[in-house]
Amino acid sequence: MKEKLEQIKAEAIREIQNSDGLAKLNDVRVAFLGKKGELTAVLKGMKDVLPEERPIVGQLVNETRESIEKLIDQTKAKLEAAERDLKLKQEVIDVTLPAKKNKVGHSHPNTIALEEVENIFIGMGYEVVEGPEVEYDYYNFEALNIPANHPAKDEQDTFYINQDIVLRTQTSPVQVREMEKGRLPIRMIAPGRVFRSDEVDATHSPSFHQIEGLVIDKNITFADLKGTLAEFAKELFGEDTRVKFRPHHFPFTEPSAEVDVTCFKCGGKGCRFCKGSGWIEILGCGMVHPRVLKMSGIDPEEYSGFAFGVGLERIALLKYEIDDMRLLYENDDRFLKQF
Amino acid sequence: MNTSLSWIKAYVPELDVTAQEYTDAMTLSGSKVEGFEKLDADLENIVVGQISKIEKHPDADKLVVCQVNVGSGEEIQIVTGAPNVKEGQKVPVVLDGGRVAGGHDGKKTPGGIKIKKGKLRGVPSNGMMCSIEELGSTREMYPESPENGIYIFEDDVTVGESAIKVLGLDDVVFEYEITSNRVDCFGVLGLAREAAATFGKEFKPPVVTETGNSEDVNDYIKVTVEDTELCPRYCARVVKNIKIAPSPKWMQRRLAAQGIRPINNIVDITNYVMEEYGQPMHAYDLDTIAGKEIVVRRADKGEKFVTLDGQERTMDDSVLMICDGEKAVGIAGIMGGENSMITDNVQTMLFEAACFDGTNIRLSSKKVGLRTDASGKFEKGLDPNNAIDAINRACQLIEELGAGEVVGGVVDVYGKVKEGRRIPFDDKKVNCLLGTEISKEDMIAYFKKIDLGYDEEKEEVIVPSWRQDLECLADMAEEVARFYGYDNIPTSLPSGEATTGKLSFKLRVEKVARDTAEFCGFSQGMSYSFESPKVFDKLLIPQDSDLRQTVVISNPLGEDFSIMRTISLNGMLTSLATNYNRRNKNVRLYELGNIYLPKQVPVTELPEERMQFTLGLYGDGDFYTMKGVVEEFFDKAGLHGKETYDPEAGKPFLHPGRQANIVYEGEIVGYLGEIHPQVADNYSIKERVYVAVIDMPMIVSMANFDRKYQGIARFPAVSRDISMVMPKNILVGEVEKVFDTKGGQYLESYELFDLYEGAQIKSGFKSVAYSLTFRAKDKTLEEADYAPAMNKILKSLEEMGIELRK
Repeated sequence: MKEKLEQIKAEAIREIQNSDGLAKLNDVRVAFLGKKGELTAVLKGMKDVLPEERPIVGQLVNETRESIEKLIDQTKAKLEAAERDLKLKQEVIDVTLPAKKNKVGHSHPNTIALEEVENIFIGMGYEVVEGPEVEYDYYNFEALNIPANHPAKDEQDTFYINQDIVLRTQTSPVQVREMEKGRLPIRMIAPGRVFRSDEVDATHSPSFHQIEGLVIDKNITFADLKGTLAEFAKELFGEDTRVKFRPHHFPFTEPSAEVDVTCFKCGGKGCRFCKGSGWIEILGCGMVHPRVLKMSGIDPEEYSGFAFGVGLERIALLKYEIDDMRLLYENDDRFLKQF
Repeated sequence: MNTSLSWIKAYVPELDVTAQEYTDAMTLSGSKVEGFEKLDADLENIVVGQISKIEKHPDADKLVVCQVNVGSGEEIQIVTGAPNVKEGQKVPVVLDGGRVAGGHDGKKTPGGIKIKKGKLRGVPSNGMMCSIEELGSTREMYPESPENGIYIFEDDVTVGESAIKVLGLDDVVFEYEITSNRVDCFGVLGLAREAAATFGKEFKPPVVTETGNSEDVNDYIKVTVEDTELCPRYCARVVKNIKIAPSPKWMQRRLAAQGIRPINNIVDITNYVMEEYGQPMHAYDLDTIAGKEIVVRRADKGEKFVTLDGQERTMDDSVLMICDGEKAVGIAGIMGGENSMITDNVQTMLFEAACFDGTNIRLSSKKVGLRTDASGKFEKGLDPNNAIDAINRACQLIEELGAGEVVGGVVDVYGKVKEGRRIPFDDKKVNCLLGTEISKEDMIAYFKKIDLGYDEEKEEVIVPSWRQDLECLADMAEEVARFYGYDNIPTSLPSGEATTGKLSFKLRVEKVARDTAEFCGFSQGMSYSFESPKVFDKLLIPQDSDLRQTVVISNPLGEDFSIMRTISLNGMLTSLATNYNRRNKNVRLYELGNIYLPKQVPVTELPEERMQFTLGLYGDGDFYTMKGVVEEFFDKAGLHGKETYDPEAGKPFLHPGRQANIVYEGEIVGYLGEIHPQVADNYSIKERVYVAVIDMPMIVSMANFDRKYQGIARFPAVSRDISMVMPKNILVGEVEKVFDTKGGQYLESYELFDLYEGAQIKSGFKSVAYSLTFRAKDKTLEEADYAPAMNKILKSLEEMGIELRK
């Protein structure tokens, strides 16, 4: 009996080692360990064994089964690994073949620039608001300290609908509308479309965009204006950007300033981009004129504030080095895809 | 506004700065210098030479050989082809290695032209004699220059001296951007005052002396101002025995540097004082003034008048005229008349320095269609107190230059005298506004520099009348700030109550629209808000359509930009056409922009501005691609209900069989469809174009960013297919409606999986197959649970005339 088992085991080992595939190995398992397998046959023959020998034989049979099973499992793992390796080798692809893209669209450069600006100011606690594009003369001019017949009305080349209604020439009327709501303090930016009767060329468009900013609170100072815009310029154009405030005149702010930033192309050394000056003008700003505050129902003795206006196209053209403003309104797919 | 540095220095003698230093400092103190031109930038090594000998060139008929004394006894030989040189003449000579600005044809060479020793037809030439053009200027500015050839100096110049200096070309001309509030800086004196204050030097304006003979001007002329509103001040003086002659070189040079052509002494003095004081003046030939009187009155409506440029112009009754006893002799502040202009034969002249209402001059100038240097200055609103100084200064120059005999006295019609303002001053408030700690003494010192007084007792700043822009304490803060230096003001961030930064809800929904469009392959375009009324014809919009009721621009850039759009499609189709025309393939664009719907025509209140989300494509994609984008957007915007589509949209610009209104919760929120081939043709697009237009205010009102977790189904679903044959005119939307209404509580979803028309299906019919999924949240469904709903659905379908296939 013992010899029989040894023989079965040796035979099984040979068969297992000769298995060259998982299917074959399975056949071997069935042949030796299956219900009709050889080892099972031995167990079935137990009835012929003397009762006192049965435990010994049973143990022998189990040992044999275990060692065969172990060997089968080991061999199976080996064969599986070999098969996976083979499959992986067969599945090699050309990774340089073209990508399958979900052809996503692109935002307009104006929008990309605007979102950058919006994110900077939202981070500083500003709300983004809007106002009408077709606007009352009152909001566009009068409430901004530009009375009837003020030369500034001519300077801005206004499109008129009638005597009282204009296409807004600036986003500043949104300031007035926000102030009139009477909710203080105010920290807002107001992006939007504005209109001036300029003929279309590489640097002019009768329709363009501005971003207005307004802060009204107690104790707001010109120093706050400087600090805010310096921070804005750094965020938008890079950490090393410096700003320069030059006195200027706007009817709705006093004191007023124009702001230059160091040329982000040359860092201020002077280049073709900044026409050799090292500086690029980017916005106008100032402390809200007390008369404007008063007209909007805010007491200038108690509150002060600052306002600024940025040309969105100016930022977009500068930042993305677009050399012709007309490109922004042609909507050529080959242009838009670059953003 | 331009000034030369030398003219500024005439009033700020201690000023010693480079052009760049001047530019930077003036800009930072508020007089923005846009740029400067060094007149001698391209001139080098040019001296006054005297021709001692001229001989014929041995080998060239048109050339001569000159010996020229260039100072310190040195004589050099120069060969020239100039026709006008004579022995003994003094001429500008550029020496070997020097540079001139350009050719004698007036064309300038950037960087100049270097002159070197050489031979001309074999004869050595060691320099060049120059024409005024080669020196970078023109005969207009140097009228004494010969028409052709070398510039000839007057005899009194010193040989060997710098010719650049003698000609006044050692100067810099600054171009300023003066803001409209600083009327005083439209004159050299105003800018000189600013320069003196900026650099801390003394300002020395000209001392205007008493002028005039013992006669009385009132014996010569009487002035009546009928409209003192429009003419607050009128000063007149008389000059007799006029001797017209060229003005002196120093005056000519200063005018030339400003870009003003010297003409003769009288004209030049007028221009000179206009530049100096910013006060325009006018001279009339007194012998043409009828009745020896001047009347300032409004024109008659339709009055015709010939200005001194010979043009006849038509007035209306708002235009102010200068008249004599019989007729008009000038349009006030704009241009004098041909009938009274100064000629070379003038004997006696009437000098006028007046102050006119700025707004009226601006409007009149527009009406008459004539803008002059004078009107440009008047329209800014001049200081009436300046007029008398200017006219007296002009008379002083007339006497000094010997241009005529000034008659004693001034006729001065001046109603209400304009006084300077007094502004209550509080240094603490100024520091509060600026965020600075500047001492009161420093502030008052800044004021003194620009001739603002301070009343210690009343604590008031005394503002001279020429600073009409200074009205309140904020203005004073700016004066302090610009002399303290904007750069020196510290930087800080606003303190106080924290605020929340955010986008408005509307802008958030727009952002979702943009993101969805871009994920779906659409790029963002932008088009103009105004367009041509012809657009409606292009879009086949009927004559009586409300869309043709528009907001009309009264002063458009042209018909193409004359109405505010009431429909967003023209911009989209124009952009697609541009792409198509440029052979771009498979283009997908979207735009977020307003349309403008008037509440009434003509417009009396603001129109309704409605944001439209417009999508357009040609190439890859069709009606259902568009529909997909619309539904993706609705889903992302929190419109989780079911959109329905009504094919009876009635849009004339869309294909009649391929269009639909988009309906959500019973409201039309937009439309989509294929562009009508006729419209596509009108835009020259020879492909099928699909568009969708979504009305954003509707979407914003329904959008919702709240999300609630519904749980994930844990029990298995049951799927049942329905296969149908139905007449073509039944829309699958009607079938889906049956599912929606009869599906019962367990119908989770349905999906179209087959649609077929053609062979095997009888003509006029289509085969449609849906898969329905039933599921319960709380149990495994058994047939008894969903069978009733299934039966109801099948029954309804059959009632619609749909044949069910088993």
